[in-house]
Parts: sequence; C-alpha cells; structure tokens
Amino acid sequence: MNNRGYFGELWFGAKSLLIGLNVTIKELFRPIVTVQYPREECEITPNYRGHVELVFNTETGGCDCIVCGMCAKACPSDCLVVKGEKKEGEKRKSLTLFSLDFTKCSLCGSCVETCPKGALDYSQDYNIAGFTREEFHYDLIERLERRHQQPLAAAAGGN
Amino acid sequence: MENLAENRTAYTDLEPATDIPNENHYYLNMGPQHPSTHGVLRVLLEMDGEYVVDPQPVLGYGHRMQEKMAEHKNWMAFMPNTGRMDYAAALPYNHGYVALFERLCGIEVPARAEYIRVITSELNRIVSHHLWIGAMLLDMGAFTPILYTFDDREQVLDILEDVTGSRLTYCYFRVGGVCKDIDDKFVEKTRAFIKRQRERFDIYNKLVTGNIIFIKRTEGVGVISPDMARRYGVTGPVLRGSGIAYDVRKNEPYSVYPNFDFEIPVGRNGDSYDRYMVRLLEIEQSLRIIEQALDQLPEGSFLGKAPKKMKMPTGDCSFSVEAARGELTYYLVSGGGDIPYRLKIRVPSYSNLSVLPELCQGMLLSDLVAAMGSMDLVIPEIDR
Repeated sequence: MNNRGYFGELWFGAKSLLIGLNVTIKELFRPIVTVQYPREECEITPNYRGHVELVFNTETGGCDCIVCGMCAKACPSDCLVVKGEKKEGEKRKSLTLFSLDFTKCSLCGSCVETCPKGALDYSQDYNIAGFTREEFHYDLIERLERRHQQPLAAAAGGN
Repeated sequence: MENLAENRTAYTDLEPATDIPNENHYYLNMGPQHPSTHGVLRVLLEMDGEYVVDPQPVLGYGHRMQEKMAEHKNWMAFMPNTGRMDYAAALPYNHGYVALFERLCGIEVPARAEYIRVITSELNRIVSHHLWIGAMLLDMGAFTPILYTFDDREQVLDILEDVTGSRLTYCYFRVGGVCKDIDDKFVEKTRAFIKRQRERFDIYNKLVTGNIIFIKRTEGVGVISPDMARRYGVTGPVLRGSGIAYDVRKNEPYSVYPNFDFEIPVGRNGDSYDRYMVRLLEIEQSLRIIEQALDQLPEGSFLGKAPKKMKMPTGDCSFSVEAARGELTYYLVSGGGDIPYRLKIRVPSYSNLSVLPELCQGMLLSDLVAAMGSMDLVIPEIDR
C-alpha cells in the first residue's frame, strides 16, 4: 500500500475518510437502537437465569421443598442454607428456613437441576442493586410469601 | 519485622528503585489501571523519550487461584469457574472442561448436543471478535467502530441469552450434553443474524479496513515472524496472522468440527493489520460453520446419560479446544474420586503476551498500544 506516491496517498486517505463519514452520516436516518435504560425497561427473555426462587404450588398453597438438602450440597459456593423441622403428626419435615446468599452465587444452575421436586426456579429479577451486602441475603420463603401475599400453607411439601 | 521487609523486596525486585542503567532512560508504568490493557495488567516500560526500550509485563493483579480451586471442589462445582477465566468467550472454556471429563470417563454425547455446542461456541467466538474489534480501535483512538460492533454483539448476546440464560459468564454445557435444548426460535434468530452480519461486513470494511488512519497505525507494526511465533508458542489468530495455518478445529479436530467445510484464514506479514484481517475473516468462517450446523442439526436428545455422582478413573487426560484467542488445553491428573488431583489450564493469552518484550522493543509508545491491542489479551485468563 506504500507505493502510491505522495499525492496518491493524499487522495486515498481523503477518500477513505469520506467513505467512513458516509457510513456514520447514514446512521442519522436510521432508527435508534439504544434503550434509555432506567426510564425504559429492556424486555427480558423468559429463559433468563437470575437468582433462584422457590416455586409456588397453587394446589397445596405452598412450595414443594422436601428439605432434602440436595441443592445446598450441589451448590459450588455454599450459598444456600436449607433447614426444616418435623412437626407433630406429620410424616415429613417441613421447611422453616431457605436462605440464599446472592453475593456468593455464580448462577450456575446446579441447585435448580438437582432439585428432585422442581421446587426451585430462576427469577426474572435483573434490576438488582443495593448499598449493603445484607440486602443480598435473601430469605426465599419470605420472598415467596410476599409475592403471593399470603403465608405458606402449613403442610408445605408434605405430599 | 525485618525479615518481613526483606521478603517484600523479593516480590518487588522488578521495580527499578535506584539504578537506572542509562540516565536518559526513565520508567513508565502502564497499568495496572490502564484503559488499553483491558484489565489489571501492568506493563513496566523502560523508555527513551517516546521510544520503548524494554517492556516487561507484570502479572498477578487479578489472580484468583482457579487451578487451586479445582483441586478443592467436586468436578461439577468447578464448572462455573471455567466461564470466568475468559469472560469474552466463555463457551469454548465450558466446552474444553466438559469434553475433558467425557474423554476421561468415556461418556457418549448425543449428536444434537455436539451440534448445539458447536453453534453456541461459534456464536461466542463471533461475540469475542466483535468485542475485540471495537476495543482495539478504541485503544487506538477511534470511538465510532465500537458502537457498530456492539450493536452486532448485542444481537448475538440476545440469542445466546435466550438459550443459555446468561449473557457473559455462561455455564451452559454439561458433561454428556448441554443443559437446555435449542428451539425453532433460536434457529430462526441465528439465521437472521447470519444474514445481518454478512451485510454488516461492508460497514466494517468502510469504517475500519480501508481507513487510512487505521492502515497507517497497524501496517508493519508489531510484526511477529513465523519463527518468533513458534518460539513463544503463540496461538490463535495471532499465530495465524503470522502465516501459520494452525487451528485446533482443523489440526486436532474435536466435537463435530470434521463435518463442516471451513477455511483457516492466515495473514502474510504478521503485523497488527494481518491479525485484524484474520479475525474479521474468522467471523465469516464461523458464520459458515453455524450455517452448516443449522442445516445438519440432528434430532434427538440434548443431554446424554451421565452419572450424577461421577467417579473419575485414576490417570491423566488432556483436551484442547480452539478458544477465541487460541488453543486452550485442560490437563487433568486424577487420583480417583470426584475431586481432581491437579487441573492445569493452558490459556492462549499467556503465551501471546509472552511475545511482548521482544516484539515491542524500540517501538513508539503509541505503537505498543496498537501491537498489544492486536493480541486480544484477556487478563483474567492470564491471571487465572
């Protein structure tokens, strides 16, 4: 490319810049592709994998968790704590605590895949920001109750 | 306390505190916080005026002990880490890791899963090259092209997000397949993207390839001769830019790559311009692979039978894939059980960076940015 000579180079250079400017000027007449994010929300795919969330079972009015602890065991970062207790007159344990430390979660999906009851799913929550670490220590039972605005049925996951 | 102080000097002996050999020379730290190193890479430059006398990369600012972590976790628990080494193209990293275990344990992968892996990996390679073209030109002072490449990149990320669930640090492949099947919508959107991308090459060429400033800044800058490339074990587009047609997908085929017809673009001079051209042509080759894979996509299961609790046989095993930056090798030594004894990860950027001191001697500082930018370094991959 260096054998154009001085004027050849000038001509080539000026032409190449004009070609480039032609591309950018055309953009003025094209539709805008950016989204003004905080004022406009992006549409998110239903397959988006956010943090995990307990699934609400409409039949039992609770969640299907059987407190087997498989999810907590599968978690690479130990961010799940699952606790349950056996109440009197019940065959199985019922869930008392399901907490997620989202600061450590790497969204790999191991917990959702290992759950034998399908009691976990990904949330669609992506507008996540906070000032303290504790804001990301989620109590998933409380979140589930808040979403459905009712306390969970007592025999959660009993069947 | 004195001992402690002595130990400290051992770590910082790269820093020339007192004895500057030539009194006209001075030292300049490029990084660890520098926009054109794209991460926490520090390059210690011995300068003579505007000329670089001796550039020395200093590593370790982003070290996270990934290999050590692999020795303390069950094999599946390390899976999300693989996507966090090279965050610009995480799927080939996923691919190498799962394929390693499939080779070690002799696990069959359904054909459909292999096709999905190839399609998504190639999409990821395109994403990585988009990012690189934009970022390198940004280093050299051209702001506009990144807006165009990111527009295209966004299209692919949306496609990948729909199937993998994440946009950057994927954890999509599983031993024995992938964790989610692709659907008609994915196929349709990918075909639309291929068509769109082919139209966009014209814009890239007008904006960048033929631009006089770009040509002047990259032509003849950072020439890596084939001999030098071999000596340093340079891989990927940097190696191919030097005219050596080595690509793991062709030379040591894995997955279903032998089923596709594609070429390995190579450069002639080994300068920054050639490395740019190689990557641009690679996007087209990746599009060809995706197109053929979509045409041949077999029906069937996307996740084969893999034992939930996998016990590894004793022994060692290695697997190489072509990541967006070059050859990536996982080497695993197993002592049985489900925790690896040792996992060595050979990353492409590390060897590509090692060429820098020899390559950039005597260069202008601004040329060093162009030469280093053309290497496509991802620092978390070097400091893994």
